[in-house]
Amino acid sequence: MRHQERDWASWMKAAHAGDAAAYRRLLEALTPFLRAVVRRRGAGPGLDAADVEDVVQETLLAIHLKRGTWDPRQPVGPWVAAIARNKLIDAMRRRGRRIDVPIDDFLETLPAPEPDGELSSREAERLLEVLKGRQHQVVKAITVDGEDIRGAAERLHMSEGAVRVALHRGLAALSAAYRSFRE
Amino acid sequence: MRTDALIGALTADAAVARPARLSNQFWAAVAIATVCAAVAFALTIGPRPDAMSALGSVRYVFKFVVTIALAIGAAAFLRRLTRPAAASGKTGVALWIAPVLLAAGVAVELIVAPRAEWAPRLIGHNALFCMAMIPLLSALPLAALLWTLRRAAPGSPAGMGAAAGVLAGAIAATFYAAHCQDDSPLFVAAWYPVGIAVVTAAGAALGARLLRW
Repeated sequence: MRHQERDWASWMKAAHAGDAAAYRRLLEALTPFLRAVVRRRGAGPGLDAADVEDVVQETLLAIHLKRGTWDPRQPVGPWVAAIARNKLIDAMRRRGRRIDVPIDDFLETLPAPEPDGELSSREAERLLEVLKGRQHQVVKAITVDGEDIRGAAERLHMSEGAVRVALHRGLAALSAAYRSFRE
Repeated sequence: MRTDALIGALTADAAVARPARLSNQFWAAVAIATVCAAVAFALTIGPRPDAMSALGSVRYVFKFVVTIALAIGAAAFLRRLTRPAAASGKTGVALWIAPVLLAAGVAVELIVAPRAEWAPRLIGHNALFCMAMIPLLSALPLAALLWTLRRAAPGSPAGMGAAAGVLAGAIAATFYAAHCQDDSPLFVAAWYPVGIAVVTAAGAALGARLLRW
């Protein structure tokens, strides 16, 4: 656990200084923990792998959009756990299910390995339909079709800067769509 | 949507837009809120004519001790809420300093003042005006605080909104105290909390809508 904190803190610091590779490593390292917590705490009939992945994705998006609330004097683990906890509770509540996520639980849960094959979600793709125009095209190209900024820019005949702006706004709009979305 | 593709998108976004740190913006928001209240105060009711010479009066100065203590306590509490992992338990104590001070002031006033003076001092000159002005002066400060707090990740949006309401109300009350003719702790204890409670309720209601994330 202490080893983990050291890695997370150094990646987070690097990410704040603009190191995209460190940021990717951080998110990739957090994902199996999120998955494990959702699976364990949110377990119950009807929560299949795609549902788990939905909740994990919503939480990753929240961590991303709220990364400005991390204070460098704070450890990363409890901060991530607190953000994730709030988001997991929201996401599960929307499915009419309660989830209890003690902060320690997140830090002490062993990461869950990736499920075989498909790692896709359903909800996020449905929510993408809420986005309009360029934002929709760009976010879809990058998150669903897996294109990078340059690829998306070429295919959509946009400048890379315009793609970045559309992506930035689109991600915030996607997060708002989760909020207003009631199943 | 594949999770690794989403992570790719988040990484691409992070490379461009570096998020402003909320911890840096928080005190700026408090400063802006204070300036807003000061400007609103100066443009409307302004200080009372003897505002400076009254500084020799213990009761007059004590009003500021109470309202400023509340503002500092509320700011510390709210600051804590902006850090998602921090438990709010310990700084909750800071919120109680002002009420305890005020209760002590009331006790002393009851000992010092003759019984016949209690009712007139409690009722004061214009309690309604006090209860209306504190919420009015706190409108802009509350808006300034909530604007910045939209970046926060509160466990309870209504709770954070309420804390912002207490802070905005305390800032407004500090300025209002320089206008108000009634200096007795009896008056302050009876009416100021009503005005601040209105702002707190407004903050909770607005927070529940605006601070969701």
